[in-house]
Formats: sequence, C-alpha cells, structure tokens
Amino acid sequence: MPVGTHDQTVDDLLPAVVPVRFVAEDGTAVEPPEGYAAPADEQLVEAYRRMVLGRRFDRQATALTKQGRLAVYPSSRGQEACQIAGVLALREDDWLFPTYRDSVALVSRGVDPVEVLTLLRGGWHCGYDPATTRVAPQCTPLATQTIHAVGMAEALRRKGEDSVVMAFIGDGGTSEGDFHEALNYAGVLRAPVVFFVQNNKYAISVPLAKQTAAPALAYKGIGYGIRSEQVDGNDLVAVLSVLTEAVRHARTGGGPFLVEAHTYRMDAHTNADDATRYREDDEVERWESADPLPRLETYLRGRSLLGTEDIAAAHDAAEAFASRLRDEMNLDLETDPLELFDHVFADATPQLREQRAQLASELED
Amino acid sequence: MTAMTMAQALNAALRDALREDERVLIFGEDVGPLGGVFRITDGLTKEFGEDRCFDTPLAESGIVGLAVGMAMGGFRPVVEMQFDAFAYPAFEQIASHVAKMRNRTRGRVPLPLVIRIPYAGGIGGVEHHCDSSEAYYAHTPGLKVVTPATVDDAYWLLRDAIDDPDPVIFMEPKRLYWSKDEATPGDRRASSFGRAAVRREGRDATLVAYGPSVPVALQAAEAAAGDGISLEVVDLRTIVPFDDETVVSSVRKTGRCVVVQEAQGFAGVGAEIAARVQERCFHSLAAPVLRVTGFDIPYPPPKLEHSHLPDVDRILDTVDRLQFDDEPDVLHLAREAS
Repeated sequence: MPVGTHDQTVDDLLPAVVPVRFVAEDGTAVEPPEGYAAPADEQLVEAYRRMVLGRRFDRQATALTKQGRLAVYPSSRGQEACQIAGVLALREDDWLFPTYRDSVALVSRGVDPVEVLTLLRGGWHCGYDPATTRVAPQCTPLATQTIHAVGMAEALRRKGEDSVVMAFIGDGGTSEGDFHEALNYAGVLRAPVVFFVQNNKYAISVPLAKQTAAPALAYKGIGYGIRSEQVDGNDLVAVLSVLTEAVRHARTGGGPFLVEAHTYRMDAHTNADDATRYREDDEVERWESADPLPRLETYLRGRSLLGTEDIAAAHDAAEAFASRLRDEMNLDLETDPLELFDHVFADATPQLREQRAQLASELED
Repeated sequence: MTAMTMAQALNAALRDALREDERVLIFGEDVGPLGGVFRITDGLTKEFGEDRCFDTPLAESGIVGLAVGMAMGGFRPVVEMQFDAFAYPAFEQIASHVAKMRNRTRGRVPLPLVIRIPYAGGIGGVEHHCDSSEAYYAHTPGLKVVTPATVDDAYWLLRDAIDDPDPVIFMEPKRLYWSKDEATPGDRRASSFGRAAVRREGRDATLVAYGPSVPVALQAAEAAAGDGISLEVVDLRTIVPFDDETVVSSVRKTGRCVVVQEAQGFAGVGAEIAARVQERCFHSLAAPVLRVTGFDIPYPPPKLEHSHLPDVDRILDTVDRLQFDDEPDVLHLAREAS
C-alpha cells in the first residue's frame, strides 16, 4: 500500500478563497479563474439539455408523490448544475456513489428512470444494477457511501483500471464521522476518488451555520492532505470545469480531490417536509434569482451557442421524457412477496426456506 | 496432522487463502509488520507484501467501509477488528451495508468479505477488551456468524468464511488462541457452515455450546461422567446458519438440554437456542431447557471475571436442575409410551 506522500504544499491543497465562477448570476461571463479550463462548447450545450430534462424529471417525481405513486421524493431542484456536471465529468467506466437526493444525476447518467425510482416507489431498495451501470445504490445513511467509494477506487487502482470514483454527499453529511474517515483513508491511500459536496445549505431543517464552524466545507480537505476547491454550484460552467479537473487529477495519479459546490435546495427536504417552518421566503426568492438553468441559458444564448429552437427542442424532449415516465409509473407495480427471501444470502438457510414456505402458505389462504 | 495453537491455525488459514486466491486481501489495525496484537497475521506482510496485508488508519468504520467498496470492486477482504468492543464504530457499516448489500441489490452486488473479531473474555483483559458481542451480529439478517472452538475448526471455518459468497462475522474466542491441538490443513473440503459438531456423545442430557464455552462444556461433561451422568456436547460452530437438525436430534435422543454461553443471558443467542429446542423437541423433553450464561452485567474487571464466566460448577449445578428424579407425568408422554 502506498503511503501518503507529502509532496504537495499547503497552497496546492487549499481551495480558492472565493468560490470558482465562470458565469455571473445574470448569465454574463466573468474573468475566468486560473488553473481551470472552460469546458468545450458542445459539452455546455449538452449540459443545458440535460439540466432541462433533469428539472422536468424532478418536477414529475414530485408530482408522482402527490398521486401516491412515490412514497417520498427528495427534490434536487436548484441543484441541477451539480447533478449534471457530476455526471458529465465522468466516463462511462467511472463509478458514481450517490445519495438519495441524486436521482437527477442517475437519470442523466442513463440509468432507467423507473429503476431509479424503485427505491422511492417502494418496490425494492435499489431498482437498477450497480454492476452494469457503475452506480452504487443510492445511499440513505449519511456519508457511509463515501468510504465505499474509497474502497472501490482502491480496487480499481489495484486492477490497473484508470477509472475513478465520484462520491456525492451533502453539507449535513460532512458532519458524519464516516466522511472524515473516508477523506483520511483516501488521503493515505491516494485513492482515485473525487468527493463532491453539494452544499445546499440545509440538512433537512438545520442550516449550515449549525453544521460547521469551518470557513467553507472545502477546507475540510487540507487536514487530510487532499486537494480541495470550492465552486459556485449554480454555475454549470464552473462546476463542470472544476469537476473535470478533479477527475483528471484523480485519474492521473494525483490522489483524491474534494469539491464543495455552493448551491441551494429550492424545495423542502422531501415532499413530506415543510420548509416554511425553518427558512424565510425572501431567502428562497433570493436563490431563485441564482437559478442555474436560466443562467446557463442566458450565457449560451449570449455566445450564440443556443437558439430559440434549441431551447424549445430541449423542453420538448423533457416533456416527452416526463410523459413516458408518467405512463410507466402509472402502471401498478408488480411485487412478489416470496422474493423477500431470495437475496438474504446466496443460498437461503434452512430457516429462511421454512419462513418462505410459511409466507407462501399464508398467501394461499 | 500438525499440532499447533488456534492462533497458528488461523494464521495458516490466512496464509493459504492469500496463496490460493489473489483477490484475498488482509487489512486492519496493526495487522502489517507487527502481525496483529494477537499475532494472527504474523509474517503475512513479509511473505505477501504490503499490497496484500496492510495497516490501515485507526478507524474501524473506515476499515469495514473500505472492505465494502473493495468487495464491490471484486476483492475478498478479510479485515481485523482489534477487539470485540472496538468493532462498535463499524456497526453502522456492518448492519446497514455489509448485511444488506446483496438484498438491496437483488443479488447483483454480493459482498464476500470476512470481519474477524477477537471476542469474549477469560484472558484478564481490561475494560472494553472482553465483550461477547455475537448476539448483535446474529440478530442482523444477512450476516453469517461463525465461531470456532477447536484448532482444526479455526483453520477450516476461516477458510470456509473466506470462500463463502456472503459476509461473515468471524468471532475468535481470545482465550482459545493459545489452545493447542491437531489441525489438518490441506485440500479443500465441503464447507462446515450450518453443520454443528457433536464433540462428545452422551445419553442423559445435551449441552449446546459455541466458541469459548465448548471446552468448558466438555470439561463439565467429563466431570459429570465421574458422577454417572452422561452428557452430550454439541458445538454449533456457526451461529448463523444455525443447525437445527443436529441440535434437535441430540435433544430428542437425550430428552434434556442445557445451553451454555459465556455472553450475558438476556436476549442472547442462548435464548434463541432454548426457544428453538422447546419449539421442536417439546414431546421429547423431560425437563425445561435451561441456560448457563454470564450475568446481565457489563463485563467485569479482570479480578472479578471468574465470578461472571460460566464454569464447570455452574454447568453441573444447572444439569442437577434437570429434574432427573421427577417422574414424567405429562399425559401425552404417557400416551406416547403406551
């Protein structure tokens, strides 16, 4: 096992004092930061399409909770720049370790949306195949997946693959011990893993100020010898640029990378939450004006990379996608109670076989 | 046949597994050049290199979480928790991920990994070094829970655990590390998981034991024989999967059963065994199923642990309470007899 080398200086590791930004809230370009390349134009246009579709998916999923088709849905509205940039920065053979709030990213990565929603629909705990999609099950416990991501990164490195792993986590999750153990292990192992913190300012109802006294969550990297950066999480261009650099750094043997994106959870924690109990409307309105989607749209239009027809086409595609999803989700879910016993162990124990027979007989009655 | 200690047998099992399967990796605290605080991994880093047997940062949740990720990535991690009570920081990883990954993913992501835990007392250990934590794991669906009582089983059950397609909590009775006996390392054989062993045959009552309690039960059986009582001793070997068949057939034969465990008794593995036996052997039982356990107290300091641990006398006292002098007067027993 390689030991952590200490060849990086403190300045190499520390994040920028001000979050990296390429595009201002009004959609105009700002002076580009040093050390980060602007993504290719066609990638930005692709990102725009995906953000439109992602937001439509998110809205559809929230609607499905109201129709009783989903047990619960944690929305990521407002975080689309993070969701989409995280996916675009990765190759197909890279791994993603997401949380429950990252459904938009999974859909963008190409995981079947119905399979993504299986968890929240209540049919099974994970609907897709992690092995083929290279997406770990969406993690409900906080921060536990970050250490799995380190293990997977170490496994890939040992197998000689140049794939990397990206672990998503929220601001609240950074308070959990496993996040710190993950950073520490990643630093010591120099594992090819990118920790991507979507700081959406709330852990259910608890604001960031009660979560940490750190100047920014990105500063949590330096204590573990991990290069870190903070970025405007509602600026797709900036998030994609920084994550692309983070992935390059990890892929080329530089070790782990921590990115904090400053964004905002526009909706409540889930459809079952009431955000008016803990935050003011004017705060939400202020963040509406920082919405990542119109910002990117204005920026791309200003650079003539996006026209009215392109925008209409993106929305049409999103509507068609939502319509298909609605139809599929309106079909009643087929479940088999006897499957409950099938995946506890590779081979069911005699006791589980007895219990399976018991349930089978109860079902016949 | 080679005479060795249980510690050496475990070491040999790890060595042979590393040799035969390049996916096998060993990691944990101090398992590298030191060879572990109990020397179970002695010499493995030297023989196989730091890539295969390595020290981790001192963080148990991280050790188990890393094992989860590496097992997802195709390796077969065998990790060491330094002591029973030091495994608790990893409990969330074990209960929420190790135990559930296969189930959550409908069998698509199995986690073939082994978590070795030196456990239980009797070695004069100070606080937090002597917990019997097996019930926590046995109560968690999706985990196999294994504990050897003999030197040969230590070797083979660990080989079985490493080969198993499911996660295994491998609980090593610390006080048996230095027990010496014949072991038979060699060609692979069928897994012993779910197959209890009858360590001593007897007629009058069955002692069901596992791990550190098996040698105590055998000593009790030897002492009882001197008093003319013939005790059968069943060693579970694996708590999960549980071998109902061997336990039930022994109790049906003897008609009496005492469960022996070192752990505190309340809601313990012994309670489960007692329930299973009475559910299955009611018509064969001539006395209630009794338990011999530690007391329901936090593990005592070294100078007091002998008062806590089940010993031969406590087992024999309990056997005496098996109502040998009472005439069975239950109607159905009489009917069956006629």
